[in-house]
Amino acid sequence: MADDREIAEIFKRESGRAVATLVRRFGDIDVAEEAVQEAFVEAVRRWPEAGAPPSPAGWIITTAKNRAIDRLRREGLRDDRQTEAVRLLDHDEPEGIEIVEDDQLRLIFTCCHPALAVTAQVALTLRLIAGLQTEEIARAFLVSETTMAQRLVRAKRKIKAANIPYRIPGDAELPNRLKPVLAVIYLVYNEGHLATAGDHLIRHDVADEAVRLARLLADLMPDEPEVIGLLALLLLTESRQQARTGTAGELIRLPDQDRTLWDRSLIDEGQELVRICLRRNHPGPYQVQAAIAAVHSDARTAADTDWSQIVTLYDQLLQFATSPIVKLNRAIALAETGKVSDALATIDRLDLGDYHLFHATRGDMLERLGRADEAAAAYATAAELTANTAEKTHLRNREQQALGFAG
Amino acid sequence: MSQYLMSVYYVEGEEPLPDEIMQEMYADTDALNKKMQEAGAWVFGGGLHTPDTATVVRSEDGEFLTTDGPFPEAKEQIGGFWIIEAENLDAALDWASQATVACRAPVEIRPFQDEPAV
Repeated sequence: MADDREIAEIFKRESGRAVATLVRRFGDIDVAEEAVQEAFVEAVRRWPEAGAPPSPAGWIITTAKNRAIDRLRREGLRDDRQTEAVRLLDHDEPEGIEIVEDDQLRLIFTCCHPALAVTAQVALTLRLIAGLQTEEIARAFLVSETTMAQRLVRAKRKIKAANIPYRIPGDAELPNRLKPVLAVIYLVYNEGHLATAGDHLIRHDVADEAVRLARLLADLMPDEPEVIGLLALLLLTESRQQARTGTAGELIRLPDQDRTLWDRSLIDEGQELVRICLRRNHPGPYQVQAAIAAVHSDARTAADTDWSQIVTLYDQLLQFATSPIVKLNRAIALAETGKVSDALATIDRLDLGDYHLFHATRGDMLERLGRADEAAAAYATAAELTANTAEKTHLRNREQQALGFAG
Repeated sequence: MSQYLMSVYYVEGEEPLPDEIMQEMYADTDALNKKMQEAGAWVFGGGLHTPDTATVVRSEDGEFLTTDGPFPEAKEQIGGFWIIEAENLDAALDWASQATVACRAPVEIRPFQDEPAV
């Protein structure tokens, strides 16, 4: 017996692989997607009565292939490639696991091709690789289902018209082609993880999808250090999920989190991956960020944090990306090692005047240096700049405290 | 195989490149043309005169209307183009990267529609 919920689970797990295999066989994403959808419709009709077949994934792929052939024959075969696909399928053999894995990797690189806009890359990846419904993707990114459907149609049309290939990039291109793939997964994770708007629960499902995609990519490309680095970063960030929000849904910052709520098994897994990366010694931005997260996760209390190690890691991160936010974070770590005036001198040179955390951080440092009036002013500016009510209240309190010490 | 239009853009009114660089550009473009021809990717290509040499023709109610100047009212104008044949977009983008270096200008790649079945 298999009920609808189980079939939905199987769909999420297997549809990506089935679509990838059919795209290779038929050279057409729409044909592949539609056939896989039809195969699942068939499963919903049959399995509850007859029970799921011994290999549900195999059954789905075979049924989808037959559906695709039926369709192509019905419509009259449109081009040589499809004729060839059907001819080959007449002597069909089951797909080997390596072939299926390569298919998925090919499709990932197609979805995240740099010729597609990032929004299109994200939508295609969630739809074709993660097997999400258009409506689910639309909800996660707070756009209407129609908008998301149009985005997908347009992206698929470009893939077809411009002949964006279905291939794994060669070694020489790989570093550059891998970047958008990693960026898409990271962006999907942050979209769910930060959940600045919308239904938090729905959005957190998207973070789960990102972790699942990162795991898939790590399975498919176990020798790519940045792929492992990204997975480690997501696992270590995810380990703090329970501690990140208070009972009223407010954001709790790292130093104030109840660390007993951190997920130990995710930390262990993430830290093990960081160790693997360190042994390989081909650092990259995701690996270094994962290492920073790993140092935090080592500390039983915020005071136990090895800040000088974190400063060193931020220096390394700055070699890959000189972003003012990274510099701000490095300054925060530096202040924690006791060098507060050095840290303040650094951040005063940053062009982050519109960013509330810049002012909040300045306020904190000024306060530690005993410059109470300036600290209060910085907190006030930070409070002006944030839209988040809980954060505003918190910053106003800090402002008052700073003034209190002054008086 | 797909065919692509590879257009070289420049911004009208921008300071023209110094003569020496222009000569280098012509030499590099020439070398790229040869390379494309040897690889069987070259279908057609050439540089265009400036947009003020363009003429637009329209047909309205059976009458032809001829106006001076380019059709797009944009700062960005095509300075030249290639038509290339490539296995897929990745192969076309590889030619485009070489073209943007040779021409010292941004290059747009746009696929041709398949020929309609007769």
